[in-house]
Amino acid sequence: MKKLINDPGTVVPDALRGLAAAHPRLRVDLENRIVLRASGPRPGKVGLVSGGGSGHEPLHGGFVGYGMLDAACPGEVFTSPVPDQVVQASTAVDGGAGVLHVVKNYTGDVLNFRMAAELCAEEGVEVASVLVDDDVAVRDSLHTAGRRGTGATLFVEKVAGALAETGAPLAEVTRVAREVVGRSRSFGVALSACTVPAAGGPSFDLGETEAEFGVGIHGEPGRSREAVRDARGLVSVALDAICADMPVSGDVLVLLNGMGATPLIELHIAFAEVVDQLAGRGARVARSLVGNYVTSLDMQGFSVTICRLTEELTRLWDAPVETPALRWGR
Amino acid sequence: MLDAGFFAAWVEEAARSVLAGKDRLTRLDTAIGDGDHGTNLDRGLTAAVQALADHRPATPGALLVLVGGTLIRRVGGASGPLYGTAFREAGKALGEEPEVSPGALAGALEAAVDGVRSLGSAAEGDKTMVDALAPAVRALAQAVREGRDVREALDAAAAAARGGAEATVPMQARKGRASYLGPRSVGHEDPGAASAALLVEALRTVAARW
Repeated sequence: MKKLINDPGTVVPDALRGLAAAHPRLRVDLENRIVLRASGPRPGKVGLVSGGGSGHEPLHGGFVGYGMLDAACPGEVFTSPVPDQVVQASTAVDGGAGVLHVVKNYTGDVLNFRMAAELCAEEGVEVASVLVDDDVAVRDSLHTAGRRGTGATLFVEKVAGALAETGAPLAEVTRVAREVVGRSRSFGVALSACTVPAAGGPSFDLGETEAEFGVGIHGEPGRSREAVRDARGLVSVALDAICADMPVSGDVLVLLNGMGATPLIELHIAFAEVVDQLAGRGARVARSLVGNYVTSLDMQGFSVTICRLTEELTRLWDAPVETPALRWGR
Repeated sequence: MLDAGFFAAWVEEAARSVLAGKDRLTRLDTAIGDGDHGTNLDRGLTAAVQALADHRPATPGALLVLVGGTLIRRVGGASGPLYGTAFREAGKALGEEPEVSPGALAGALEAAVDGVRSLGSAAEGDKTMVDALAPAVRALAQAVREGRDVREALDAAAAAARGGAEATVPMQARKGRASYLGPRSVGHEDPGAASAALLVEALRTVAARW
């Protein structure tokens, strides 16, 4: 294993020190592992708190700032945060209008956020939760832990964050967050596995001519292993899977997401395919984002997330945002 | 009779055993999860041993509640809340008694498994830690009912836990991250069941020298 780290045991705190040093508009509580806006809570504004395992950067810490999150709780690499982190973050960002937890649907995240929400209620902080489960690669949710939360998490944080910024009440912010989840689907493909620092080796082995279809963002194997094909073919597999689950038409928002180790030039090749192929399926890419946003350490590969837009969602997506990883309009 | 010292020794033995088995747990978790189960549990149990060194509660019940809380605060993932709840429920079931009978131990471990089942909504056969814990608790309760001493009863529990963990190999996972693999989860021992067996085996080890 070759990695730009000091010690596999201190990856998360070492990275948080760097995040703090690079972004003076963030306040990073190194002891409790919470990333907050340096400006503190705004009275009357709903607080947005998310979190999850580390290794998906810039998710979530890179999305803390105006128009998105108020706080992020990073766990160990690919391990959900603990309840104490979430409780402290929620208490810190509560401006009196309640707090929305944005939770990706993984057993660990769900359990820790649920425990945190119970503790928040005991401390008098009103909490609502939205569960993000956009990954269509997980087919039978009756016999699994259910669909995973992946790229749509970014959409939820952006859109709900924009609405929260207007002073909308918790119920409204929760409603729009759930609407984004309901209208979004994702599918991921890996060309190589990732290496978790503490594990020291790749999470699975892929041959030179193989691709892993339907991967999540934790190096867990996907739903099938097949022969690799060109960008056109790989995008087609992803869009087939998404469209089989959710008919796509009209204006859509697309995240063409890199898993961490895919060159941007390749992501753009894939994105051009997405635009063309969606046009062929009767949808227009009205808004988009191309880059490494919901990553899986050093995995090579990509995911596509599609959200069927409404006028309201488009307006909230366009609203100003100013975070380390996403900024426009301000 | 089993006092707080016995349960503190159990936690120390469990920490040693998980540390020794860390590479194996990592291998199992790499196959069908994300490869960090051994690391996370090691971090939590090390913290629990430290918490007991700083302050050891006088009763077995309070001690197990403290261990559970430490695991919830330090492990993260699904295993933190699940194991944390198991220890907390066991501790609560023991109440404030300074010493624990084999029957009370069996009752406490039943409460622990019930806690895990209800938090994780997992049943036997889902390929989770429940597949090791539930048979272990049944074997323990059965042995106690038959009037066997605590060492023999825990021998039976440890054997049932190990057997339960091995029985997860042909199962298809229906809970947790391994469930995303569908049929590809078949053929691997569940890491949660493997670590659960280590914890029960640690209990047997401590009883044998108590």
